[in-house]
Amino acid sequence: MSGVRANVAAREALVARARARMAGLAGELGALAGRLGRPMAFMEVCGTHTVNACRSGVHSLIPESVSLVSGPGCPVCVTAQRYIDALVGLGRRPGLIITTYGDMLRVAGAGGSLELARSEGADVRVVTSTREALEVARRNPDRDVVFAAVGFETTAPATASAVLTADREGVENFSVLAAHKLVVPAMTTLLENPDVRIDGFLCPGHVSVVIGSEVYRPVVERYGKPCVVAGFEAVQIMEGIVHLARQAVAGEARLENLYPEAVTPGGNPVAARLIDEVFVPGAAAWRALGEMPASGLDLRKRYQHLDAFHRFGIQLGDDQEPPGCRCAEVITGRCNPLDCMLFGRVCTPIYPVGPCMVSSEGSCQAYFRYRRHEGRRRAPSGAGSVT
Amino acid sequence: MSADRLRMAGPSSLRTEYAPPNRRHRRIVLAHGGGGQLTDELVDEIVRPRLGNALLDELDDSAVFDVEPGRMAFTTDSYVVQPLEFPGGDIGRLAVCGTVNDMAVCGAEPLHLSVGLILEEGLELDVLRRVIDSMATAVAEAGVTVVTGDTKVVARGQADGMYVNTAGLGRVRPDARLALARVRQGDRVIVSRPIGDHGLAVMLQREEAFGIESRLASDVAPLNGLVGALLDACGEDVVFLRDATRGGLAGVLSDLSERTRLHLAVDETRIPLRRETSYAAEMLGLDPLDVANEGTLVAVVRPAVLDAALDALRAHPLGEHAADVGAFGSDEDGLCEIVTEVGGRRVIQKPYGEELPRIC
Amino acid sequence: MCLALPARIQERTGEVARVLLGDAVMTVSLVMTPDAGVGDWVLVHAGFAMQEVSDQDARETWMLVDEYDVLTPDRPLEGFQ
Repeated sequence: MSGVRANVAAREALVARARARMAGLAGELGALAGRLGRPMAFMEVCGTHTVNACRSGVHSLIPESVSLVSGPGCPVCVTAQRYIDALVGLGRRPGLIITTYGDMLRVAGAGGSLELARSEGADVRVVTSTREALEVARRNPDRDVVFAAVGFETTAPATASAVLTADREGVENFSVLAAHKLVVPAMTTLLENPDVRIDGFLCPGHVSVVIGSEVYRPVVERYGKPCVVAGFEAVQIMEGIVHLARQAVAGEARLENLYPEAVTPGGNPVAARLIDEVFVPGAAAWRALGEMPASGLDLRKRYQHLDAFHRFGIQLGDDQEPPGCRCAEVITGRCNPLDCMLFGRVCTPIYPVGPCMVSSEGSCQAYFRYRRHEGRRRAPSGAGSVT
Repeated sequence: MSADRLRMAGPSSLRTEYAPPNRRHRRIVLAHGGGGQLTDELVDEIVRPRLGNALLDELDDSAVFDVEPGRMAFTTDSYVVQPLEFPGGDIGRLAVCGTVNDMAVCGAEPLHLSVGLILEEGLELDVLRRVIDSMATAVAEAGVTVVTGDTKVVARGQADGMYVNTAGLGRVRPDARLALARVRQGDRVIVSRPIGDHGLAVMLQREEAFGIESRLASDVAPLNGLVGALLDACGEDVVFLRDATRGGLAGVLSDLSERTRLHLAVDETRIPLRRETSYAAEMLGLDPLDVANEGTLVAVVRPAVLDAALDALRAHPLGEHAADVGAFGSDEDGLCEIVTEVGGRRVIQKPYGEELPRIC
Repeated sequence: MCLALPARIQERTGEVARVLLGDAVMTVSLVMTPDAGVGDWVLVHAGFAMQEVSDQDARETWMLVDEYDVLTPDRPLEGFQ
């Protein structure tokens, strides 16, 4: 029993330290907010930051005048509906196997979701890595296997690796439907929008591992917005917010990397080379943000044979936003999930209307799971309110 | 063996060498569910040696027995877990413990179980033997008897190996006064052991094919002994019990606050949770609070008996790590609010829907 | 999920490695971390090692990630030996 007691004591010391640290940071944040004398809004670009912050109750520790605004860093949430339609359409082809990350399963397009298609007989398999998807292809040589390649720069190297391996080994039945997105173009496009008032960005930790912290330099220099790269634990998120607030109060705009153990200025060069070998940046359709040049990754011509768009002659259609859905405003920080009339009533994780509620990194789902009671205590506010 | 060889071989060869190839089944066939000789053979060879007792052995259409006067508890559950076997247990153990525990948390001493098996054509008999063995072990641990049962077989492609239904009959202890209506401000909430192990152990088994190996084991266990020890020590000062199955601890806590309409304040750092479980949850993107348990008791007790309750639980092998995690407050908002590791606050909601399919 | 966790390499065969993540052993690709070897810590995400991290940083991360009670008595966490 003594081992347990010793562990418990060590544990309690850890908890006390973490709580004291958070309290200290919260105190400093309060003081900074007081000095600035106006509300501050910082955007968490990455969905995982939003979820972890909610789960740890960070929102309960920051002053009223500081708000955390969710950004377009949830890959499922920014995948244009036309892509979902193309994917589901493919899935309904007899004999074809769709492999996908779990999050994409329940996102609905005009023709339903992959989950619906599966219940109607489509062969849709959830995988946790592109290596698994490739293995499905190897084990089913007589069937076409398509991988839904969604995600930011964090997962693009994994897709690139699978494409190269398939090419090298001649896995001819494998192809990817590529819809990878690039984070920085989304941030800069947001800043072009006059409706969006952001005092700084909490930059995603793991995307930055791949692309490096220097990619945020244009945001800092051209738009004058502080950028802080932070890890995903509650204390790290809070530190990131405090560093942003310090800059805002001092009227500065700098790039800070608070996650140097994993993020270097230049990123991971091998990953960058992988992406470059297989992909070329191109225009992409984003949910809510519309079409943006050089904001997505297309497969290079020499890998055309592994490009599902090419192999199956897929033409993307148009998007149709479900009526009443405010996901577009949520992911651009113009609307708080609690302010959407559909939230919690018509739109829930079981019966989601928009992707922000489906995705485990979507702000609406995070709010639903951890903050939905706040809806009772709020007075309704109009668009543009972000607290 | 060809007819020619049979003719040429002498009588002694026939006796020692010739065995009709399908004499000893290795797998379930449809006829095993037909109610005829093959069913009898299955019951005689596999079920009775392991689960048999005076009542079961009668093999009547119903088990007929006397009960002492008193209030009875009666419950049923069906089990469709995939995979059938996982670290720490299998569908058989689950089927016994789940039903025993449903009775135990109502303050009932479990007495008798029924077992209904739906077997898929093609199920390996060795799997069935292991599952029934496992049931027998759980039955002995719980101190109950299986008094009646049924076996059906469905065609290949149905039942995913096997489905099990168990129903249970128990007698409510006269000193048990467990009711949600008795919960009031100041009452304390205890969790008997680390959470999240069952659901995660089962989920990780499914990932086996793609290279994730984990030793995380299900917590599946019969809780009637633990509950007995608690009630012996604290009697009617134990006001409510629940086992934290589907929906996890979050389901129980949010339910408690919602249905009592009281405010429940919980400290996340006091909830027992193994580090390995925490990592597994991170890896799968799940919250341990939402994950099913099959051997974890949640008890609401009067504050005056908190120490006695913890002592009684910790003295029992299944309650070694019991901890008090929260208390009911005076606000009548029906919310369960948790103070997190870092001192933040958030509300615990019931997990919305089936995030982890087929874990029980 | 965007989340990556540090894992310690137990075995390496060409581009593929078995890594220890807490209690679980997983197979990941080292294509992005070609110089990582047995005993090294790597950040793992979606079946790939993304970056090497130092021993000390990995240990500190686990302390931060370890949000819950350590109840396994007297058994040191594997990967820290």
